[in-house]
Amino acid sequence: MEIVLIGLNHRTASVDLRERVAFTPEQAREAAEQLRSRGILEELLVLSTCNRSELYGVPCEDASDSAGAVELFLASFHQITANELNGSLYRHRDSQAVRHLFRIAAGLDSMLLGESEILGQVRDAYQIALDRGETGPVLNRMFQSALEVGKRVRNETQLGARPVSVAFAGVKLAERIFGKLHNHRALIVGAGATSEQAVRHLCDRGVKQLRILNRTPEHAVDLAARFGGEVVPWENLAAALDWPDLVVTSISADEPILTRSIVERAMAARGNRALLLIDLGVPRNVAADVRDLYNTYLYNIDDLTEIVEQNKKARVAEIPRAEAIIDEQVEKFLHWQAGVAAGAVLGDLRQKLAAEREAFVQERLASMPNLSEQERAQFAAMLQEFLDRVVLTPAERMRGIPELRRKLQNFEAIRDLFHLDREKP
Amino acid sequence: MTSPYVLATLLFYAASLALYIWNLREPSRAAGIGATSCLVAGLALHYLALLARSRMIHAVPYDDLFGSLSLFAWLLAATYLCLEAIHRRRAVGPFVLPIVLGVFLLAHLPEARPVKAPPAQGPLFAFHVTLNILAYSAFALSFVLSIIFLVQNRRLRSRKLGVVGWRFPALEVLEQMARSSVVIGCASLAAGMTAGLIWAHRLEGRYWDGDPKVIITVLIFLIYVGYTYLSRTAAWRGARASALCIFNFLFVIFSYSIVNRYLSHFHRYF
Repeated sequence: MEIVLIGLNHRTASVDLRERVAFTPEQAREAAEQLRSRGILEELLVLSTCNRSELYGVPCEDASDSAGAVELFLASFHQITANELNGSLYRHRDSQAVRHLFRIAAGLDSMLLGESEILGQVRDAYQIALDRGETGPVLNRMFQSALEVGKRVRNETQLGARPVSVAFAGVKLAERIFGKLHNHRALIVGAGATSEQAVRHLCDRGVKQLRILNRTPEHAVDLAARFGGEVVPWENLAAALDWPDLVVTSISADEPILTRSIVERAMAARGNRALLLIDLGVPRNVAADVRDLYNTYLYNIDDLTEIVEQNKKARVAEIPRAEAIIDEQVEKFLHWQAGVAAGAVLGDLRQKLAAEREAFVQERLASMPNLSEQERAQFAAMLQEFLDRVVLTPAERMRGIPELRRKLQNFEAIRDLFHLDREKP
Repeated sequence: MTSPYVLATLLFYAASLALYIWNLREPSRAAGIGATSCLVAGLALHYLALLARSRMIHAVPYDDLFGSLSLFAWLLAATYLCLEAIHRRRAVGPFVLPIVLGVFLLAHLPEARPVKAPPAQGPLFAFHVTLNILAYSAFALSFVLSIIFLVQNRRLRSRKLGVVGWRFPALEVLEQMARSSVVIGCASLAAGMTAGLIWAHRLEGRYWDGDPKVIITVLIFLIYVGYTYLSRTAAWRGARASALCIFNFLFVIFSYSIVNRYLSHFHRYF
């Protein structure tokens, strides 16, 4: 029940190489079909994101050097030479492969430590492979455990709790003021890359009511079309402040576009409902004295950057706790694996002894033609009882050995002793 | 304070408080579940302690100041638990449990002694007392929530959220929780007062005998109704409403202490 993992990621390969080795969903399906039909892997899963491409697999029983075969396949499938791949691929087996996957699910292997998107990507990749019947008992258990690890790390540590991007920090601050954002409204002033990032985070966090303003209306229309918002004419900026709970500004302007008087008027018109202003503009888009107004909360890019730096340190401090959860889950998985292997060995042993007993009984009873059927049956039963008492029951007891390594060594010894692998049909 | 139920309750409330604080500083599922479980256990044991007290003094357990304080602590813990179950947030626990624990300790320091039964009891009287004490508990909860709101609001406005600040409920949620507590308090107080007036009429043939307690209770009811209205208006919503809620609670403390002890001839303990 070996596990192999071959892959590359943002640490080992350039973005060009990662792009060339990436799998689309269709390519992943095709790769899986080929690897199985060639008898290289009996279970497999392709995990391909913008930062990594990895193949997880359980080799077929009679496959030799499956890891090498997968590497060659990868090169030929993507039409890349083995030399190009050589320095960038990593290869893991068994417990290392398991640990690697668990660290990915926990967000420890991501570019942004503790990011949560990867867990969804792992889940999606697993679901697709499961639906297509490409996984089996080992990968099913492994990926279910990985999802459990991801969930535990996020629930039991602060690894992913605090935002580490400026735009996301703004969105999380909104949640500190308003709670869940499903029924809240956001006004986006600006339609550039920063605004888009903020809109993406807002939509991910449940914001459904979105209005966008930009000096160039076409850009606002484009952003609104992609994220399902409404466009407001630039001239209506002041009036538009009556509507939202949260305003994100990110435009190029020499002077603030939202002065104290504009915001003060808006607060009066909106009945002093709390207003959060996230100013991502440099120079600032919102006048500093706006923060003195009642029920307004103003954060500029420096404030958010400071929060992000604090959060990054806090995330790093959580790594040991996350690793402890991973250690626990790896151990659990290996115990399960050992249990399954033990079950297989015991099953093979039973079969083997049953066959040997049958052959022995036939051989010996051939020279005793006078025995009745009942006596023959009794003889066979006695022999079976003897085998149970002397061999099978003690072997069963080895399942209960708590120390994993000793348990595995003992069961491997049984396999060798009784030649269980050699005479399998 | 020798009853085993009292000691066990104290232990579980203290454990719950410790776990709530731990969960706030270093959130973990085990600490959170442990805190809530200890609180539930504490509530169950506290109920048994109230029963035991009741049997010992041969009267309802709120028959004196200490009994009513004990009931207040129980109702405060129960109200908080409901709020936690609804909002699924434990961050407020470290601020409510000290009040529960402190009041419980205060209630059980002296030995309970048998008292002469009041002139009439019955279910109406029981409702009157229990509902009024429930109202005080709900107001106490709104007081705690309003303090947390003001602290958190100040941190957010000064952009110094800190580690723990990320773990508190959102400001809007705190405001809603406080308002909900006040609504529960007002409803309980109205029902409790009504039961009390009817009971007084049955006992003495008149609804009010000039007891200042009734006046202060009506005042408390009105100022909290006022808060409920004002907290939704433009001028008061947010920090000002929270400050008002805190101010209003001073009247509750005044009613429960000064009025009971020195001004009311009948309401000595609730």
